[in-house]
Amino acid sequence: MNGNPSTNNPSVSPGEVPGAIHKDPDVVIFGFWVFMMSDLIFFGVVFAIYITMIGATAGGPGPRELFDFGSLFAQTMLLLTSSLTVGIATVTMKHQRSQASFLFWVVVTLILGLGFLALELYDFSEMAAKGGVPQRSGYLSAFFGLVPLHGLHVSFGCLWMLVLIAQIWKVGMLDIIKLRFLRLALFWHFLDLIWIGIFSVVYFGGWVYG
Amino acid sequence: MANKTGYAAHLRAYLTGYVLSVVLTLAAFWAVIAVGRENKSVLLLVGLLGVAQLVVQLKYFLNVTTQKEGRDNLALVLFSTLILLIIVLGTAWIMGNLAVRMHTTM
Repeated sequence: MNGNPSTNNPSVSPGEVPGAIHKDPDVVIFGFWVFMMSDLIFFGVVFAIYITMIGATAGGPGPRELFDFGSLFAQTMLLLTSSLTVGIATVTMKHQRSQASFLFWVVVTLILGLGFLALELYDFSEMAAKGGVPQRSGYLSAFFGLVPLHGLHVSFGCLWMLVLIAQIWKVGMLDIIKLRFLRLALFWHFLDLIWIGIFSVVYFGGWVYG
Repeated sequence: MANKTGYAAHLRAYLTGYVLSVVLTLAAFWAVIAVGRENKSVLLLVGLLGVAQLVVQLKYFLNVTTQKEGRDNLALVLFSTLILLIIVLGTAWIMGNLAVRMHTTM
């Protein structure tokens, strides 16, 4: 990176501090909360579809044949621990500890997130091997409409982390990047909240009533 | 720790939330595996443990509290939860009622 990062950016007028925040950070964070709550409603609708589809297996494999609670527990722990590590990264950033320790916790979170995704994909392939594919029944369509939707969110969270790491590597910890990271941390905690609903309702609820 | 906004205090809030969440997760998994599928009321316990973990994570991870700085978010979360419950419980109620009246097996 050669010098001032704002020099090549026509949207930043000359003389401004590069990476300065132009809006009230509280308003930006609150706006992100509004997005997350709309995403929550979206998830809620897909949960509602899943609940109505429990038992609609059309003779295909159901929760009893398909669910692996060992893998489910490992995924739950990976995601929960990543929620802690992203929190530690937030604390490290807020109290202005070294950039290296901050990046360390972000990378740990990224690795835990990728581990979660790998286990989830392994689970889906195991289900498919037992005939549990989305087109088999209404129940499985609802399952694969909901659980991979959460996985897709986690994937985009991982992508977001990679982009932030690249930005920090290029231009350093500017204020605007700190604000982006705060939103990422909120998003990541939010995904763990959704996961509580998934293991309680989708896996346990499906297993008991399916 | 006298300083409630210090580094150690913030870190401890996350660690407290994590330990409580792990305990609640273990309890939910244990309940389902120990009680099994025969007694459907185990889901009530799983639901309560899930709600408890949601509250723990909202408080310790997402900092949604009744304190001044967390109150706007609390109002937003509570309103969204109301909409969510109307959608999910309303759907389950109507579709469940329909299934009973149509004599489809649920």
